[in-house]
Amino acid sequence: MSVDMRTFLAHVELANPITTAAGCAASGRELAQFFDLHRLGALTTRSITMAPRAGRPTPRMAETPSGMLNAVGLQGPGIDAFLERELPWLAQRGIKTIVSIGGGTVAEYSELARRLADAPGVTALEVNLSCPNMEDRGRVFAREGSAAAEVIASVRSIMRYDVPVVAKLAPDVADIVAVARACVDAGADALSMINNPLGMAIDTEALRPSLAAVTGGLSGPAILPLAVRCVWQVHAALPGVPLIGIGGVMTGRDAFQLVLAGACAVGVGTALFHDPYACLRIERELEDLLRARGFQRLADAVGLAHRPPGSAPRHLLVDTEESAP
Amino acid sequence: MAGTPVQVTGTVLTTRRVDAYHALTVVAPGIAERFRPGHFVSVAVGGAYTSMVTRRALSVHDVKSDYGGTVELVFTVRGRGTAWLAERRARDTLDLVGPLGRPFPLPRDPAHCVLVGAEYGSAVLFPLADALLARGCRVDFVLGGAGAERVFGAMRARRIAETTTLTTEDGSLGLRGKVTDALPSVIADTRADAVYACGPMETLRAVTAVGMEFDIPVQVAVEEQMGCGIGVCMTCVIPVIGDDGATRMVRACAEGPVFRGERVRFEDVGTIPFDALGAPGGGARHVS
Ligand SMILES: Cc1cc2nc3c(=O)[nH]c(=O)nc-3n(C[C@H](O)[C@H](O)[C@H](O)COP(=O)(O)OP(=O)(O)OC[C@H]3O[C@@H](n4cnc5c(N)ncnc54)[C@H](O)[C@@H]3O)c2cc1C
Ligand SMILES: Cc1cc2nc3c(=O)[nH]c(=O)nc-3n(C[C@H](O)[C@H](O)[C@H](O)COP(=O)(O)O)c2cc1C
Ligand code: FES
Repeated sequence: MSVDMRTFLAHVELANPITTAAGCAASGRELAQFFDLHRLGALTTRSITMAPRAGRPTPRMAETPSGMLNAVGLQGPGIDAFLERELPWLAQRGIKTIVSIGGGTVAEYSELARRLADAPGVTALEVNLSCPNMEDRGRVFAREGSAAAEVIASVRSIMRYDVPVVAKLAPDVADIVAVARACVDAGADALSMINNPLGMAIDTEALRPSLAAVTGGLSGPAILPLAVRCVWQVHAALPGVPLIGIGGVMTGRDAFQLVLAGACAVGVGTALFHDPYACLRIERELEDLLRARGFQRLADAVGLAHRPPGSAPRHLLVDTEESAP
Repeated sequence: MAGTPVQVTGTVLTTRRVDAYHALTVVAPGIAERFRPGHFVSVAVGGAYTSMVTRRALSVHDVKSDYGGTVELVFTVRGRGTAWLAERRARDTLDLVGPLGRPFPLPRDPAHCVLVGAEYGSAVLFPLADALLARGCRVDFVLGGAGAERVFGAMRARRIAETTTLTTEDGSLGLRGKVTDALPSVIADTRADAVYACGPMETLRAVTAVGMEFDIPVQVAVEEQMGCGIGVCMTCVIPVIGDDGATRMVRACAEGPVFRGERVRFEDVGTIPFDALGAPGGGARHVS
């Protein structure tokens, strides 16, 4: 018996729930050396910016217990090169593509959306809200409901209706539910959670910060519980909103936790650095776990852990043998 | 396609100490047959439940077709990951991805080549020497290290090369000094057409400077901190001048690790040069 792994990101159907996390699969070509990208539920690009960006100085990476810090600084060739070379490559191959965008002002996000609105091959648009807002003393958009909402409203008004707009939230905020609600009220069709919380490591040989940028984003298994908590809280408050759970997913069991907390899709980031085949392996492991527990559909497991203690799992309440036509 | 990387579970065949270094021979069929000199592999460290999430990049020192294809890795213990690797024993398995990176370009016609290696950087030069010899090139080695036990491959170099010059900083073997102190006279004596080098950035910078003085090309294999080794994480960048004269922050793992020395802006490694494409203020706006 195979499990129906299809999932919906708003009204867009994905063949399975596993996607790459923004910034962890570049624009696809590197992973395509290893496997057929059609086997992903979707590929999420790195965050595309208006102008080319050289990013931060090196060292940009420091391994930390069960995780790593990165300070890449959104290095990339900018939207023109993306539209010219990277997106067509994905579009021609029919790969489901979630395009991530990043900007420093609301106008910059709107302009990026405008440039992508007519581009073929955009399955969904993910708005990386973890960029510093240049018009608000560098305060990160995702840290403030109203700033995040302003970006989302403007992007949503520009993007075509059939392209879902996904707001990507940061975990290090006082009230993630409030930010999530502000984004949904502003028109976000789905939410991605979580981006990297900020961390720091100090090199005890050099007696200096390990990263040139001093602080960096923490990723990997160390943040899985943080992601599970965020997905749980937001699903509890906004049960109808599709969530992409991201953060520290290395195995199918990690993905399953996020699904049970309320995610209908799962992003895989740092695991790709460890294992280029991570997405395929995690998808298979997740399917095996679902099958072993009697699920016929992934959808039946989404948010299941929220049921009151003592109640039987939904999917086991129906006698599926009998009800099947 | 040659060079398309694969992931394999390799079995350790032998482990040994070579001077100050550890050498592991691993049965890794898919990798061995795709290998070209200059390629590296990435190794998962720490076992199944490890807290070490990034892989370790190691140059391939040797490939052999025995046992369906083996690769030999030579390394020094630097941190937790390489310490774990040093404890591997025969029959242990290792998760390898490779071959990775761009290999050394080889001269079309037989040429005189000087191969310069500092510390374990020498390891990657031996398959290169074999490939050059097979093309009828003349090969001369300059190998160095801090002390005698840190000069890798002196015996093998003596066996295969026209000449081998050794340097140590403490004078315990060969000439006292650095590889770059000995290099000018080797280039002059051998009337070298090209130099290949591997070692710390500082050494590569100095070797490139010598090559430029003699007006001969230098190919360097750089070492920059790597998170993924396959070109997706963007952590391994160095400033390199492109064919169009523009400086870009390029990935050492995917566009390198081999570059033409004079294209690498060694003095700016660890910075974003102001004139690099997309640098803050250099055309693009800085948003974080
Ligand atoms: C292309 C290439 C080829 C290399 N070949 C060899 C070789 O043949 N023999 C050898 O002894 N060493 C080689 N190195 C260096 C080797 O990768 C590091 O010594 C090793 O990764 C350190 O790991 P660790 O766990 O001991 O140290 P830690 O400091 O604990 O490592 C933490 C993280 O930083 C990364 N890192 C730290 N230092 C380096 C470095 N110098 N280069 C790349 N990543 C680093 C690690 O891979 C890991 O992800 C090579 C590096 C590169 C980039
Ligand atoms: C090297 C690196 C680069 C990243 N770049 C981006 C990016 O461009 N845009 C973005 O929204 N998130 C970016 N992220 C965050 C990831 O998409 C993801 O949210 C986070 O790493 C948590 O997932 P993980 O633990 O599976 O890596 C990056 C993460 C890493 C490690
Ligand atoms: S190490 Fe990840 S891009 Fe080079």
